[in-house]
Amino acid sequence: MLETIWFILWGVLWAAYFMLDGFDLGLGTLLPFLAKDETERRMLYTSMGPFWNGNEVWLLTAGGATFAAFPAAYATMFSAMYTPLMLLLFAIIIRGIAFEYRGKIDDASWRARWDALFVVGSALPMLLLGVAFANIFAGVPIDADGVLQGNLLTFLNPYGLLGGLLFVMLFLVHGAIWGAWRAAGELGSRAGRAAAKLWPVLLVVAVVFLGASWFATPLYKNYFTMPLLWVFPLSAVAGLVLTRVFIAQAAWGKAWAFSALTIVGATFFGVAGLFPNIFPSSLDPAFSKTAFNSASTAPTLGIMLAVALVMVPVVIAYQTWVYRLFSGKITRESPSYE
Amino acid sequence: MDVLMLSRLQFAVATLFHFLFVPLTLGLSVLVAIMETIYVRTGDEEYRRMAKFWGKLFLINFAIGVVTGITLEFQFGTNWSRYSTYVGDVFGALLAIEATVTFFLESTFIAVWAFGWKKLSPKAHAVAIWLVAIASNLSAYWILTANAWMQHPVGYTIRNGRAEVTDFLAVITQGFAVVTFVHTVSGAYVLAGFFVLAISAWHLLRNQSTSFFSKSFRLAANFALAGALVVMGLGHLSGSEVASAQPAKLAAMESHWETSSNVPMYLLQWPDAQGERNAVQAIPIPGLLSLLAFHDSGATVRGLKDFPGAERPPVFLSWLSFKIMVGAGTLILLVSLLAWLKRGNPIASPGVLRAIILALPLPWIAIEFGWVLAEVGRQPWIVYGVMKTADAVSRLATVQVATSLAGFVTVYGILGFIAISLIVRFARKGPVAE
Repeated sequence: MLETIWFILWGVLWAAYFMLDGFDLGLGTLLPFLAKDETERRMLYTSMGPFWNGNEVWLLTAGGATFAAFPAAYATMFSAMYTPLMLLLFAIIIRGIAFEYRGKIDDASWRARWDALFVVGSALPMLLLGVAFANIFAGVPIDADGVLQGNLLTFLNPYGLLGGLLFVMLFLVHGAIWGAWRAAGELGSRAGRAAAKLWPVLLVVAVVFLGASWFATPLYKNYFTMPLLWVFPLSAVAGLVLTRVFIAQAAWGKAWAFSALTIVGATFFGVAGLFPNIFPSSLDPAFSKTAFNSASTAPTLGIMLAVALVMVPVVIAYQTWVYRLFSGKITRESPSYE
Repeated sequence: MDVLMLSRLQFAVATLFHFLFVPLTLGLSVLVAIMETIYVRTGDEEYRRMAKFWGKLFLINFAIGVVTGITLEFQFGTNWSRYSTYVGDVFGALLAIEATVTFFLESTFIAVWAFGWKKLSPKAHAVAIWLVAIASNLSAYWILTANAWMQHPVGYTIRNGRAEVTDFLAVITQGFAVVTFVHTVSGAYVLAGFFVLAISAWHLLRNQSTSFFSKSFRLAANFALAGALVVMGLGHLSGSEVASAQPAKLAAMESHWETSSNVPMYLLQWPDAQGERNAVQAIPIPGLLSLLAFHDSGATVRGLKDFPGAERPPVFLSWLSFKIMVGAGTLILLVSLLAWLKRGNPIASPGVLRAIILALPLPWIAIEFGWVLAEVGRQPWIVYGVMKTADAVSRLATVQVATSLAGFVTVYGILGFIAISLIVRFARKGPVAE
């Protein structure tokens, strides 16, 4: 029972991470395409500045919770995906520093260098996370000791790359909507138009991904034994459609909320299909790391559950407060953050 | 080099680099919070400008500390997967709690503080930096509890082929953890105190913003001396904890070979690890090692020869790190005392100001070598007496780890250089006139 609860919480943490950091990764990637001058670049940074760090902690917490609740799965997943994870780490390290340092020196070439690193550091995590999760959905060639029988190229199979593309498109749309919501004037309209243009691409990729998952993964199996789970892919699809409806109405807050629903629904589409696997082996199901064969003891799961049930609502409360505190439209005249 | 050695090096690089910045975060967050509180209480604008100036340096430093911390959490899984599987039931929970309880708090409220000067009342704004300070310091408690468990495992049993928690409360309240925490955090306060003292001294020597930097100096002098006294006292307790929990580490850091009682401490000593003896050993202070380790000058101290060769830590490095840490610590105490004595009118003592600037690296030296001693001195164990480091490493290809290590050295080298250059640049510029 505790194992199942933690499996669900594990999915919730990843979904929260994708929903939150997703928009700043996406908008960060779009930076050179949306912002036409330094003021506009500064406006986009300002729209993410107070939030990105808090968003990224959801990644740390998702990683930490995997370690605490399912140590063997954490160990296998992180060591088998060594090279992609290292690339992810370098990307988010450089990106975080770019965020904080680009405005420290008033010099165009200093800023241009950080901007370039920022864009790469934003784009790479989307792709890597998508490739990683698609590979997990499909199963990874790990042996009985949890050792990867392959290399970096093993992950770059067609379905893995399709997952990467899906994450990129999801987050780009999510980020463009955020830009349209927060930035005033021509920059905001440009971001809105980008969201409208990117949406059909996302739709195509999402449909192809759902179809490819039928052939490349065993994800749908759980849906036939437990039809209630269809609520996840259906809410993702509904979210995607409503995102488009509200993009058309330029109701950006609502569009963002439904884009968030799409991301959460898509995450749970995969996570629910995965159960009870956390890191399945494509070589032999007996080698798979599941919520049951990799779980911590009941006392540890219990203590962690108590901590999560108390702290996660508190975190959500103060993060919501911070989002409200910094919620105004950003104009060309808005003060820049140093 | 093999995967084990490369992974150890990578973890050492990542940790030592992380810890160039983290102690400043721990200490300076508290100092800035105190400055801003004085401003809120007294309305003295100069303290607000102090919070802003030191806060700006704080933010440059904080960013590096945060991003390099992520690496450490992930490395347990990437490079030490057999360790993570074996002890995750105990160790993983501590890391997860650290993230849930403290990382969210500090990462969220640092943004509130940095961006909220005009959005919040002065009081609410001061609360934000206090939350950052409290969260950072609490985060240190969780991660040091995790490290203390590797040094001195308690509250667990070996079952189902792994370490399982039996008494979580014992894990998070054991003496080793409390002593390690206070020792580390007070060391961080000393470091932050020296940072503010040295930059203030630099400006005072040039007669720049003298009122501003005299006030900063006074605050930091109190902070540094209090920290230095605690860190020395706790360092002693820490040594006693090591003496009872890790006798091999104690023997290595003192290069003590033969088990004996009434053990002296030698003022001049040079280990000869190959020959299992000391090449130089002179000017003994009778019974001092026994006294310091066990509070009894007649106590028996186990020597290195008592342990099989395969269970001894690297003697020379442990010994050297310990001596450097203690030597730097002693100088730190002297300099703190000098600074404290001159805190009323520091500008009148240019000699002291120059000495303080020269002493700036000392806290970093003491802290980094303290970590080398703690970790190298625990070898060959990753969890003392429970699991060997060699059994903990992931099964990876050498080229993978060699590449990532090269990546860390390059990226960290460049980022460290940029961060330090920025700090120096803004420190020299001084407070911005408003």
